[in-house]
Amino acid sequence: MLKVEHLTKIYDDGTLALDDVSFEVPDGQFLAIIGLSGSGKSTLLRCINRLIEPTDGRILWNDVDVTAAGQEDMRKIRRKIGMVFQHFNLVHRSKVITNVMSGRLGYVNPAMSVVNRFPKSVVEKAHQQLARVGLEEKAYSRADELSGGQQQRVGVARALMQDPVIILADEPVASLDPVLAHGIMQHLESINREDGVMVLCSLHFLDLVHRYADKAIALKDGKVVFEGPPRDIDDDRFKEIYGKEAERIG
Amino acid sequence: MADRHEEAQSNTEAPVASETNGRSSKPSGRRFWVIVLAIVIGIVVYAYAFETTGVNLDEIQDETRQASLVRILRAVAHPDLLTYEAVDTNLDIQFMSPCPPGGFTPEESDAGGPQITVAPSCVEPGGDITVAGSGFDANRRGDLLYIATSGVEIRLGDFLTDTDGQFTEVVSTRERSSDEPQTIRAVTAVTVGSIFNWQRVPTGVIDAKTGEEVIVTSPRISNTAWDTWDKIIETVFLAFIATTIGTLIAIPLSFFAARNLMKDIAVPLMALTSGVLFGMIGIGAGLIMLRMTRRASESFTGSTWVALVVLVALLATVWFAVRWAMPQAEEDQPPTRVRVTRLAVVAAATIGVVISLFLLASIMSDIGGWLGDHLGPLTFLGLFVESLGDILHLLVSGGIALVTGFVFMFIGTRLGMALRKRLPEAAIQPVNTLLAVIAGMAAAVLLAQSIAWLYEITDPAKTLWWPALVGGLLGLGGAFLARGKESVGIGLSVYYFARTVFNAIRAIEPLVMVIIFVVWVGLGAFAGSIALALHTTAALAKLYSEQVESINTGPIEAIKATGATRMQTIIYAVAPQIVPPYISFTMYRWDINVRMSTIIGFAGGGGIGFLLQQNINLLNYRAAAVQMLAIAIVVASMDYLSSRLREHVV
Repeated sequence: MLKVEHLTKIYDDGTLALDDVSFEVPDGQFLAIIGLSGSGKSTLLRCINRLIEPTDGRILWNDVDVTAAGQEDMRKIRRKIGMVFQHFNLVHRSKVITNVMSGRLGYVNPAMSVVNRFPKSVVEKAHQQLARVGLEEKAYSRADELSGGQQQRVGVARALMQDPVIILADEPVASLDPVLAHGIMQHLESINREDGVMVLCSLHFLDLVHRYADKAIALKDGKVVFEGPPRDIDDDRFKEIYGKEAERIG
Repeated sequence: MADRHEEAQSNTEAPVASETNGRSSKPSGRRFWVIVLAIVIGIVVYAYAFETTGVNLDEIQDETRQASLVRILRAVAHPDLLTYEAVDTNLDIQFMSPCPPGGFTPEESDAGGPQITVAPSCVEPGGDITVAGSGFDANRRGDLLYIATSGVEIRLGDFLTDTDGQFTEVVSTRERSSDEPQTIRAVTAVTVGSIFNWQRVPTGVIDAKTGEEVIVTSPRISNTAWDTWDKIIETVFLAFIATTIGTLIAIPLSFFAARNLMKDIAVPLMALTSGVLFGMIGIGAGLIMLRMTRRASESFTGSTWVALVVLVALLATVWFAVRWAMPQAEEDQPPTRVRVTRLAVVAAATIGVVISLFLLASIMSDIGGWLGDHLGPLTFLGLFVESLGDILHLLVSGGIALVTGFVFMFIGTRLGMALRKRLPEAAIQPVNTLLAVIAGMAAAVLLAQSIAWLYEITDPAKTLWWPALVGGLLGLGGAFLARGKESVGIGLSVYYFARTVFNAIRAIEPLVMVIIFVVWVGLGAFAGSIALALHTTAALAKLYSEQVESINTGPIEAIKATGATRMQTIIYAVAPQIVPPYISFTMYRWDINVRMSTIIGFAGGGGIGFLLQQNINLLNYRAAAVQMLAIAIVVASMDYLSSRLREHVV
């Protein structure tokens, strides 16, 4: 159970990105977060693993206060939270397998990674995860030689390396074409259904929300303006979230 | 993050547009006057610049100045690369003194080539005689000799042929009467061979060892050219050493001067203060450890073989100890008892490593010395191993206190964090204040002691009590400012400190720096290498850090999100991204260093500059020209090489 309570984020330049956001996510749920660009979706996801420090409010994960965790504890928490990014965020010049194995950094001995060595078990695990996303034969290619869809699958494999309990996906398909988008979403879905991993995924396309999410919350100017099952988002709700001039596509 | 960016952009668009409109609608009359004013100011500035730099066109046109310039240019155009062997050619003509009754007609050779004649062909002893020559090379110098019937040579004068190869000189004969014809000899030195026609010339000198005549090649490479070759090699390697050492030091330092890595490093005040305290204790402990380990290692270094055996045994023990104490992967943190044991084992292993390093250094010195005696032409390899041993010894001695200080600081920080977590809320502020005051006092006293050393102050009030008081007050103030705060941002302070130090060092030209090092380590390439390496370190650290600041932040975010430590984030997300620019900048710096090393000798830093300066001061421009040529070739080829390499690597 992940509880977000009165979360507020004000950036140094005074921008109010999140304004008193509260919601709950039960274990194993697929939650979609929707909203316009700049509505605070990315900030919200990054506050959960504290890549961005929230200004106010609390995040409770199984009754552990994530927002109060010290450096070392936060590392322990982060390694159980996988993250998938819109721009994949792979290290371009490294090999695919290295990118995947880096998902395990939170578990291995830091002294060993100084000399760029991973234990054998991690190498094997990385190959398994690559096989799971169907990229085993690309293991020793450089990451930037891969197409966008393939890179995002590497991103998913990297998150899987963490044996995650939660996956945060920040617009994972916004840079991909619709066919590839469904491919990635299906991977997330199978992780959600088969492994029981909680997925928090920000999305742009409502049909993806309808197709994959158990529940959706909508943000507008940092506030939650909708919370409920995706099928409840009708035209009125849509206009409320996206503004009066918005047209539905997809 | 991307979302916010878009917002910011749309916000700034409107005001920019209105500003441009405003500017274009200004009256053009005012603009005219602004331009006129700018031109007037420009002329005044230039006039003053002429005045201060002493621009003087009269000097340029002065004839003696021009003659000097021509002389230098011609000398530079004839670099002293080849030495020609010169062979004297003699031309003889006979005359009589006094005149015989029937007159005298000297034999004239009818062969081609240079000829000389005398007129008249007989004179009273001591009379003047005109010697004329023809068929010589143009502008050739020669000597005119008088050869008495006894065979004695007396120099009468010299000549210089004109552009047609002719000369006419009037000389006075000697007061010697003879019935026999006497001889006047024109001697010209003719260089043998040319670049396209290498000749072997007997010198007439007998080699003392072989008993054979020494035969030399003409033309041959001049001594200047050989000296220049020696020095240009020294120059290139000077630049090489400076660049490699500078790069190695600059890489880790550059991370401390990268704002994006440093800005969110923040630790609780308690961790900071205990880190500072432990760091200082660590330096002291390091010095004690240095003394202990050195003594321990010295008891084995009597025999190289004993040292070698002890070294292998030690390294094996350390290896297994570390394998046990640092397992590769661990799901959860082991109990405290195990962790403390591990820490102790690692500490013991560290001492073992230090002893091994000392042993290794002494073994290398021994082996190097032995190799130096037995390798023959490869003696320099033995000497290199020996120097490496010495360098290792030096590095370990110097580094150990620093490294121990760092390790203790790290442990202190961790302990501070743990303490803060366990203390009740009410106790935090008093403990914080106490630690801050103690840390401030200790740091201030340490600083005062080093300043006291520099200025030779011995008064304990100045070196102990006052600094302690001031440091304590600063600590108190710091604790007061940081009250209620979760953590203090230490990263930016380190960042600014590193930046300032780099900029300060970078501002001092290596040419100036080398003066200090010449005093320290003596004249020569070593002083030059240190000066260049230091400057390289500062310059590269700055350039590198700017590259770190401009990397793609996505991967850093991603690696951080996996629960990686800061160190791991740097190695897996930062390092791969900065490899190409780092290589590129290193090549660029190598290029600069080659250029710098050509003139570092001007200040005594070794390399070709020393030779060049010497020859310029001796007005030996032909020799200087050789060195300039060598510099030009080396710099141009380095430039080419580095740009090719950069293309390949990046």
